[in-house]
Amino acid sequence: MSFSQADMAAIWLTIKLASTVTLLLLIIGTPIAWWLARTSSRWKGPIAAVVALPLVLPPTVIGFYLLIAMGPNGAVGQFTQSLGLGTLPFTFWGLVIASIFYSMPFVIQPIQNAIESLGDRPLEVAATLRAGPWDTFFNVVLPLAKPGFITAAILGFAHTVGEFGVVLMIGGNIPGETQVVSVQIYEHVEAMEYGQAHALSALMILFSFIVLLALYGFQRKGKVHALSVK
Amino acid sequence: MIKACFKVAYRSSVKSDFSLDVKIDIPSKGVTAIFGHSGSGKTTLLRCIAGLEDSVHGHLEVSGQVWQNDNYCLKTYKRPIGYVFQEASLFDHLSAHENLLFAMKRAEHTVSQDNFDRIISVLGIKSQLTRYPNELSGGERQRVAIARALLVQPKILLMDEPLASLDTARKREILPYLERLHENFDIPILYVSHSLDEVARLADHVVVLEAGKVKAQGELTQVFSTLEYSSYFEQGTGVIIKAAVLEKDRQWHLMKVGFTGGELWLSDNDEKISEEVRVRILAKDVSLALSNHEDSSIANRLAGKVEDIIQEENSPIALVRLKVGDEFIIARLTGKSLANLGLKEGMRCWAQIKSVAIVH
Repeated sequence: MSFSQADMAAIWLTIKLASTVTLLLLIIGTPIAWWLARTSSRWKGPIAAVVALPLVLPPTVIGFYLLIAMGPNGAVGQFTQSLGLGTLPFTFWGLVIASIFYSMPFVIQPIQNAIESLGDRPLEVAATLRAGPWDTFFNVVLPLAKPGFITAAILGFAHTVGEFGVVLMIGGNIPGETQVVSVQIYEHVEAMEYGQAHALSALMILFSFIVLLALYGFQRKGKVHALSVK
Repeated sequence: MIKACFKVAYRSSVKSDFSLDVKIDIPSKGVTAIFGHSGSGKTTLLRCIAGLEDSVHGHLEVSGQVWQNDNYCLKTYKRPIGYVFQEASLFDHLSAHENLLFAMKRAEHTVSQDNFDRIISVLGIKSQLTRYPNELSGGERQRVAIARALLVQPKILLMDEPLASLDTARKREILPYLERLHENFDIPILYVSHSLDEVARLADHVVVLEAGKVKAQGELTQVFSTLEYSSYFEQGTGVIIKAAVLEKDRQWHLMKVGFTGGELWLSDNDEKISEEVRVRILAKDVSLALSNHEDSSIANRLAGKVEDIIQEENSPIALVRLKVGDEFIIARLTGKSLANLGLKEGMRCWAQIKSVAIVH
């Protein structure tokens, strides 16, 4: 199995995209997951539904609306243009933003479940031991909900690696910028380069299998935080 | 002195409505028990004092410092409290020692090695320190939790039924440690319990709650010997008397204790001569006679004067309170016996006590 330079670029880009998205989603998703886990607001239902939308929508729908929003006439597009950044579609950062929306439930739900299963008690105990809110989050919640965070990171990463429809809508197929592995495979098939498509596809299967194996092995070892998303 | 006044109303579709409306004064020394049946609001009251209940109206002043009033509420993590929860609440990801360190790092003042050693030895957890919570027994976990609450160097220790989740054997294992707490550490303890035994054994003061309201509060022996409250204790109605061990009868494994009202014989539990003990005399174990029956099998007979009598309507039971020396004894009789004896307030009679239990 050998990869061409374009294939290697696609693999590297995919890893870069998935890492960036996972990192950003952990930062953005944690407060949302925290809020969803702890609130009794009447907005909980609607927000949870919005977060879960990518689970059921065709990726093309998300891609389509993001394309319009980030395009030259869209609200986001006008904003980025006014900052002198140009428009986001067909750029790496456009892909990052689209992937964040698309992979959001896979990161938020495991964290939310982990925080919900902690309950109030550890937080109350921490407060009676003089730990302030941030102290409590980093020294009590994070370690206790660690399995949930690890699950979230693995799923967020794997799911971003595996996306195709959103990439095609937002990113197109620009080598080194938006041409990720899944799109590259499509490209090879279109060009009847089945050998190279095989190599990349086999790599994806291997990767996904190892990720899931690691995930289930990890969940068996640590506390089981049920995956509600899959 | 801790002055607390709270008004809380919970409306919930799941549970029935509950309201707490209390005003209490708690002395800043010794153990104050908050006693009540389940649902009386005692845990809620303790949580209000800790600041763990949201949106509660109230005033709270602890040794002159305002913790809460109409437009101010000190956050829980800024209150100098120690809190022991009903079930073990150790952090699972930390060993027993790390759990203690968690508290020490956040304590207002550094904990001296002496103080640390003393707390560890009073609670007997030296050999458990390296273990994780899931490797400890329920009793050990609770002892570590108590040590952790002490290491945060609180100005007041709040304990929410710390024994309720333990079986009888574990309770017996922990009770001596709790007794040693207030002998060894000079901080006020608020102790929530629904167990009369624990209250009788540990408390100096008691606040009795019923349906979210204060039914009685005051010194332990005084609250227990007040007739109008005592029916609340049901089968546990009875008095607690502080007495001193006078002598021992090795042959029959008995010891004699004395108080202002006389002397009592009870089984010898290895107490030392002249040690102060608490004895509990239940009203159902006391019968009354107009003369001293020396030919009776009942060894403990005390002379007293009828202080007051309560007989509820439509109930066959009457409670009679006798003044014996400076203390009181309550007897539970039927209304019929009461009428037969013709007992009236101020009359002299003899209390025959079938059993006396030592609680301390």
